[in-house]
Amino acid sequence: MKIVAICGAGIGSSGILKVNAERVLHKLGIEAEVTAADIASVRLAASDAQIILTSAEFVDAIGATNADVIVVVNYFDQQELSDKLLAALG
Amino acid sequence: MPLPALTPASIVIGATAVDWRDAVRISGAALTAVGSAKPGYALEMIRMIENHGPYVVIAPGLALAHARPGPEVLADGLAIVTLKNPVPFGHPHNDPVRVVLALAITSIEGHLESIAELANIFNDEKTIPALAAAVDADAVLAIMTALA
Repeated sequence: MKIVAICGAGIGSSGILKVNAERVLHKLGIEAEVTAADIASVRLAASDAQIILTSAEFVDAIGATNADVIVVVNYFDQQELSDKLLAALG
Repeated sequence: MPLPALTPASIVIGATAVDWRDAVRISGAALTAVGSAKPGYALEMIRMIENHGPYVVIAPGLALAHARPGPEVLADGLAIVTLKNPVPFGHPHNDPVRVVLALAITSIEGHLESIAELANIFNDEKTIPALAAAVDADAVLAIMTALA
């Protein structure tokens, strides 16, 4: 499974999402490749992603996608990430 | 790269900011004070928020201000500003901001190592309130080094 974390610069905040998503997925025993990218390259970066992790600000810019878009409020809350990832994965 | 070292000069306690731009400007000035960024980096951080919105408020009370690597960045650096009065950034859930982290990196390559250290520190929900309440730079250094 491929997951992409999206932010404005592709550094910093998306990096934190990537790191924490990897930790949560590891705890859940789910194998996934998590990458970080900036909003300008979302089309390419997320073309084959199942899940996009991001902030509410980027949902419109991400636009139509086959991926589940998960809006994260607190990037340091692993419980929130875990709950939302599990919900998206059904 | 490891998380850029904090020094007392990169920590500003109880700053008075009139608005979010002012708060980001103060954090940029701290990066400039330690030789990590040129003065124009503060404007680049402000522009990121103007262009993309207040997404940099990534947790309740915390803004992670940053821009891309570029000519305004002189060396990897991290600054922490605590605000005397919290300021809104316009974030629907995480306002108002009490602590601004400013990050400057010279290269995207390898920066995730330092980001992982930030996650180690801030995944503890007590960190942001503790930083906001820190009375001096030593207290901030103690919090940041104890958890990294």
